[in-house]
Amino acid sequence: MNLHEYQAKQVLAQFDLPVPKGVVANTVEQALSAVNTLQGNNWVVKAQVHAGGRGKAGGVKVVKTKAELEEIARKLLHTRLVTYQTKANGQPINQLLVEETCEIDRELYVGVVIDRSAQKVVVMASSEGGVEIEKVANATPEKILKCVVDPLLGVMPYQGRDLAIALQFNDMQTKQFIKIAMGLYKMFIECDLSLIEINPLVLTKQGNLICLDAKINIDDNALYRQPSLREMRDTSQEDERELLARKWELNYIPLEGDIGCMVNGAGLAMATMDLIKLHGGDPANFLDVGGGATADRVREAFKIILSDSHVKAVLVNIFGGIVRCDLIAEGIIKAVAEVGIKVPIVVRLEGNHASEASEMLDKSGLNIIAARSLNEAAEQVVKTARGSK
Amino acid sequence: MSILVDKSTKVICQGFTGNQGTFHSEQAIEYGTQMVGGVTPGKGGQMHLSLPIFNTVREAVKATKADASVIYVPAPFCKDSIIEAIDAGIRLVVCITEGVPVLDMLDVKYYIKDKAVQVIGPNCPGVITPGACKIGIMPGNIHLPGKVGIVSRSGTLTYEAVKQTTEVGLGQSTCVGIGGDPIPGTSFVDVLALFEEDPQTEMIVMVGEIGGTGEEEAAAYIKKHVKKPVISYIAGVTAPAGKRMGHAGAIIAGGKGTAVEKYKALEDAGVRTVRSPVDIGKVALEVMKK
Repeated sequence: MNLHEYQAKQVLAQFDLPVPKGVVANTVEQALSAVNTLQGNNWVVKAQVHAGGRGKAGGVKVVKTKAELEEIARKLLHTRLVTYQTKANGQPINQLLVEETCEIDRELYVGVVIDRSAQKVVVMASSEGGVEIEKVANATPEKILKCVVDPLLGVMPYQGRDLAIALQFNDMQTKQFIKIAMGLYKMFIECDLSLIEINPLVLTKQGNLICLDAKINIDDNALYRQPSLREMRDTSQEDERELLARKWELNYIPLEGDIGCMVNGAGLAMATMDLIKLHGGDPANFLDVGGGATADRVREAFKIILSDSHVKAVLVNIFGGIVRCDLIAEGIIKAVAEVGIKVPIVVRLEGNHASEASEMLDKSGLNIIAARSLNEAAEQVVKTARGSK
Repeated sequence: MSILVDKSTKVICQGFTGNQGTFHSEQAIEYGTQMVGGVTPGKGGQMHLSLPIFNTVREAVKATKADASVIYVPAPFCKDSIIEAIDAGIRLVVCITEGVPVLDMLDVKYYIKDKAVQVIGPNCPGVITPGACKIGIMPGNIHLPGKVGIVSRSGTLTYEAVKQTTEVGLGQSTCVGIGGDPIPGTSFVDVLALFEEDPQTEMIVMVGEIGGTGEEEAAAYIKKHVKKPVISYIAGVTAPAGKRMGHAGAIIAGGKGTAVEKYKALEDAGVRTVRSPVDIGKVALEVMKK
């Protein structure tokens, strides 16, 4: 789960980490009254959407007067922001963050992630802040500094000091940085995060460190024990179909192609997409119906797949395993009849009672093609989708 | 021979009386697995599936001499169950449950660092030595005792590899599902090392997927230490970056963890890669005939 910048900064503040003073506004009026509580003679207005690249897309503006602020707020609020990270129709802007500005001397980077190969939490820092950190990591990997954290000890002050020295901080900034590194780690553990990125961490002309932007991801599996973070979920930022899928415990990810996929198991679902591609087709989605492919969930999965108007054919690939295939076939037939599906469906069922299942599908009188193998199914569905173009 | 489990393995089930625990324990018993009991706190002293229930793993181990445990408890309680099993002296802990918080697994990994215990999973189908011992949720009937060691991050995709190696008559020595989470208890490398030492295993099928660096680490290990032929399929060539593909660990993050990179690392290590998931059995047979 992702947080908005303003939410991330609220969490940072709870852990005594330095963030700019700011106010969240849902309306133009709120944005205007926000400046009454802020200092300085200019402010920054930041569109709150779940996507990077906001600055370049016009979602972040510095304003000098209330009139300018009003103009920007009117322009941004309740529109959609399109950045290089969003879909073509962008993300809705329902809130603005109005903040005090600061004079920037240097822009740096600090992040906390789980290093999967070290199987530990790692604090990363770089002198190259304010740009995409992946680009820095690729072009100049030596500029990414890392410290591996022992789970028993947490970040030790010397580790923060090591990083601070490499970042060329003076004594006072080093003290501030150690506090930031230790605080971020504490927050990472206590909030069950999977990512913190402070990019940029700025050094102000006055010589202080401030977390100017913040990106936080929370481990979805741990949300059950993070009630206050769970409440911060903003579903308006999420794909409607992905949301609906989650409600039915389906894993759905929309893609660009025209062949809908319904598969049990994430690995097999990816493999099915790959196989469609190998046969010259393009998958329209990833969809894992999970272990218990019940008739209800199959029906909902069909609805979600078909809500994508690009879908010209659907491939159902179920490795039944312990579940009986004839029961799954029954579910599919019921679902197809109920949803009133117009596009052809190719079904591959493997496992117990698979031949009875194929027979049921063939006899159903619906536009269902029962395939004998996975390869044949992929071939068939690509041919079918092509034929209907 | 086989790895991890055989006919002598004595298995208990944690979360024995729940739906999943009950159903899959029944299936395991039917397959011939030596299930010797189960653990459900508060139900100790009762019987379930004609087997004794214990309140704690320690009691279960004392009474049954169990050396393996399979865990079906809900995700919030898995860390506790895994540690309890380890502290009771269980040598093989297989956690099937999906949705365990990643920080819980970091703790588990830290705890088992210097211990002689194998934790498999979470979010995995389990371990099976065909014809001898089935621990987990895989369908027993698709397996055939044989020569191929299979290790995989995915459940149903493992079944695909199993079915294909069965159909070409090679069969399997042992199949290990290491699970789709970012921090698995057992890595590809751990299982490759066991297969390399196992006389029954004549070749290894490794089924990977996008995300993380487990396949790259496996490639480096294979290059140095594995003499047996290895064939590998990696799922997710068509997966978009930045999206979690069902499994918590299957995500291309920061441009890293792509299938293309993994294929390259494996090919550089001399692994025979398979680009189509339907060709695993065919290629396995080809390699075996060489």
